[in-house]
Amino acid sequence: MGASSMIVLILAALTFSSIAILIAKIVTKATTNKQKGQPYECGIPTQGKTWTQLNVGYYLFALIFLIFDVELVFLFPWAVVAKKVGWMALVEIIVFFFILFMGFLYAHKKGALKWM
Amino acid sequence: MGKLWEVFMLSFSKISQLIDSWLRATFNATWTMVIEMVIAGVCVIGLFAALGLVLVLMERRVAAWIQIRLGPNRVGPGGMLQSLADTLKLLVKEGMTPDGADKFLFNLAPFIAMMVAMLLMAPIAFAKDFQLWDLNIGVLYISAVSSLMVISILMAGWASNNKYSLMGAMRSGAQIVSYELSAGLSILTVVILSGSLNLNEIILSQSDGWWIFKGHIPVIISFVIFIIAVTAETNRAPFDLAEAESELTAGFHTEYSGMKFALFFLAEYINVFIVCAIGATLFLGGWMPFHIGHWEGFNHVMDFIPSSLWFFGKTFFLIFLIMWFRWTFPRLRIDQLLNLEWKYLLPISMFNILLVTVMAILGWYF
Repeated sequence: MGASSMIVLILAALTFSSIAILIAKIVTKATTNKQKGQPYECGIPTQGKTWTQLNVGYYLFALIFLIFDVELVFLFPWAVVAKKVGWMALVEIIVFFFILFMGFLYAHKKGALKWM
Repeated sequence: MGKLWEVFMLSFSKISQLIDSWLRATFNATWTMVIEMVIAGVCVIGLFAALGLVLVLMERRVAAWIQIRLGPNRVGPGGMLQSLADTLKLLVKEGMTPDGADKFLFNLAPFIAMMVAMLLMAPIAFAKDFQLWDLNIGVLYISAVSSLMVISILMAGWASNNKYSLMGAMRSGAQIVSYELSAGLSILTVVILSGSLNLNEIILSQSDGWWIFKGHIPVIISFVIFIIAVTAETNRAPFDLAEAESELTAGFHTEYSGMKFALFFLAEYINVFIVCAIGATLFLGGWMPFHIGHWEGFNHVMDFIPSSLWFFGKTFFLIFLIMWFRWTFPRLRIDQLLNLEWKYLLPISMFNILLVTVMAILGWYF
């Protein structure tokens, strides 16, 4: 079908979910009160704000991921032609991985991969 | 009988061609395209709903079987209609939005989850000559779109105004982005060996044996890494930290109820199906029957089993494997989880890439 299948799939997802939610809205009877609207945190009234500071570890891993993900994108075109190019491809990828691995070791040494 | 078998064999591609030629003869080009798009959309929605119902039931039956109990067996013959009854129950439940939640993002998140799950269907070959989009960069498309999944989870967790949800979403974010790396690297081994990003060409390159047999040790290593990584990427146990029931109630979808919860649930199961389909396509030959080198007779006998049956058989085998994990391994802690990825899986898969490159250049595969 070609690229138009993407439009078809997005529209299919949107119609399916909106019809499901619409039907649910029609058949159910909604009532609200103060207790019902509270977030569920084991039945205890919520303490403080929800959107507070979180452990920095999550963000550190996201940062390291960014480097490696870009690396992965660079590997895709290489992987397609690796067999055709031959030994030169292997040399190139060894150099590439070596530099990358140095960065990885640096991050490891700095303690970025340790969960605090 | 022979005629019927013939129809069954070529079922999907034949039927689609018949519909296409009939439409072309009856309507003009524009209308043909529009009608085909509508048919494709309806078919995909049908497949979606059917897969969701089947997988939920399968999960419960497999769990019951492993734990030596009966599982759902009251609704319909042998409990077959249990998931339909559950859907009906979820349909009549009230969909609530907690006070102080970001209403727009809260309601948008299930739509995004469904959209991502649906978009992943595009390049998958369900049977011989039967796929929505014969994309020349299919593998790249899959890894690009599947990483959008994390956005809907982060959105849902952040917008809920619930600390458990937020915690679950953050964990899930760290986990999904980490395991995406080794999933991508293990997929690359097959790309190196087959020299193509097109899923159809990768399947055709396995016509004399699946890559898991042809590529022996390195491909088996990458297959194992792939299965571990996709189990983590789809937030399934033992990597289900995002919705660890005993710690975070239900993680990022704690506050969701009714149909919005059902949509998340459905998207999750569809994602499991899709990653298993990708695994089956890359490593186990997709719709390609089990062939051995040049054993023409044997290969010919295997060709009698329809290609769609091969595809769904392999996919459901992998799904069963992932369900089996859930009842075998205990849940990991977040630091153990990240250690496993960054200190073991990532270096191993990088080394494995080098190994495969050497193997591909020397021609040390069958």
